[in-house]
Amino acid sequence: MAKQWQIFLAFLRIGIFGFGGGPSMIPLFYKEVVDKYQWMTAAEFSDTLAIGNTLPGPIATKMAGYIGYRVGGIAGCINAVLANIVPSIIAMILMLTILSEHKDQAWVQGMGLGVLPVVVVMMAKLTWDFFDKSCSNFGVPGTLVIAGLSFIAIVLLNLHPGLIILSLLLVALLRKEPNNA
Amino acid sequence: MLEATSDANILLVYWQLFLAFFIPNIIGYGGGPAIIPLIEAEVVGHYAWLDIQQFSETLALGNSLPSPIATKMAGHIGYTVAGIGGAMIAVLATVAPTLILMILLLAVLYRHRNSIKVKSMTLLVRPVIAVMMAILSWKFLLSSYDQSGWLHSLILIGLAYLLLERSKVHPALVILGGLIYGGLFLGGQ
Repeated sequence: MAKQWQIFLAFLRIGIFGFGGGPSMIPLFYKEVVDKYQWMTAAEFSDTLAIGNTLPGPIATKMAGYIGYRVGGIAGCINAVLANIVPSIIAMILMLTILSEHKDQAWVQGMGLGVLPVVVVMMAKLTWDFFDKSCSNFGVPGTLVIAGLSFIAIVLLNLHPGLIILSLLLVALLRKEPNNA
Repeated sequence: MLEATSDANILLVYWQLFLAFFIPNIIGYGGGPAIIPLIEAEVVGHYAWLDIQQFSETLALGNSLPSPIATKMAGHIGYTVAGIGGAMIAVLATVAPTLILMILLLAVLYRHRNSIKVKSMTLLVRPVIAVMMAILSWKFLLSSYDQSGWLHSLILIGLAYLLLERSKVHPALVILGGLIYGGLFLGGQ
């Protein structure tokens, strides 16, 4: 029971202090899991992160769920994920419910409009980060070819983006491994 | 909350919510932020549960709070569409599939964590996500221009850029600033 309480506190703290989305929360995971509670060594932690990155979906909940599972079984897994995500989901629903109750007021509509350009900047920054990272890891020509083809497919041909991603995942799976891997 | 007319109807909505969050999370390589444009494609593009401005408000308030962005978006959009049950289904569809795969396939994944196939997945998908993010930024920009005009849009974009990227002000404070500016100057339109 003491262990479950520790799991709860560790992942609650990560969830409450981790701003900027899952990937920027990784150092907080490290601090709680490796430094404070010593549930894992540094090497085990980086292996877990590498394994998490082989799968799609948010990284924070995969880390929380897997570490919770290792430390406290199935209960630990559920405990860790809920402690990590539920407080902010409740805060979010409360904030937006209050806003939508007053949405007839002109100033509340103004608030929604005022925040839109801020989101433009944040989304543009994310776009830039993804292009930048792609160019340095995958090369400029490859990035431009795939980006150009997906632009044509999504905007001009109006295809579902999932189709494009699924076909690229298939291409990745068909690649040959070097012999010693 | 949207009105559900019958039990069969609510089950259909639950199923659609599950799909709308399951698909982005099972194909979205690159962590939570990569999933945002994929969720937009389902929630705004396919099911039209929210319009682009409501989606941007959800994203803005989500960015002003801590913890992963994907689960906050799922929780709130699920709640808006179908109440507490909807929130639980959307969050479950976001978290459970890949987490269960990770726990069940740990040994297999560990062997392949450095494989070319696995690394290629992230590399090949990242440019597609970048294009989708660019399209989403463009949609947000058009929506802002349509409703607030170019002057207010440009002022706010300039201020947000300076504060976020140059002065490294905390995103939650910049979003609060946008809310206050909008409440004061954009309410009369």
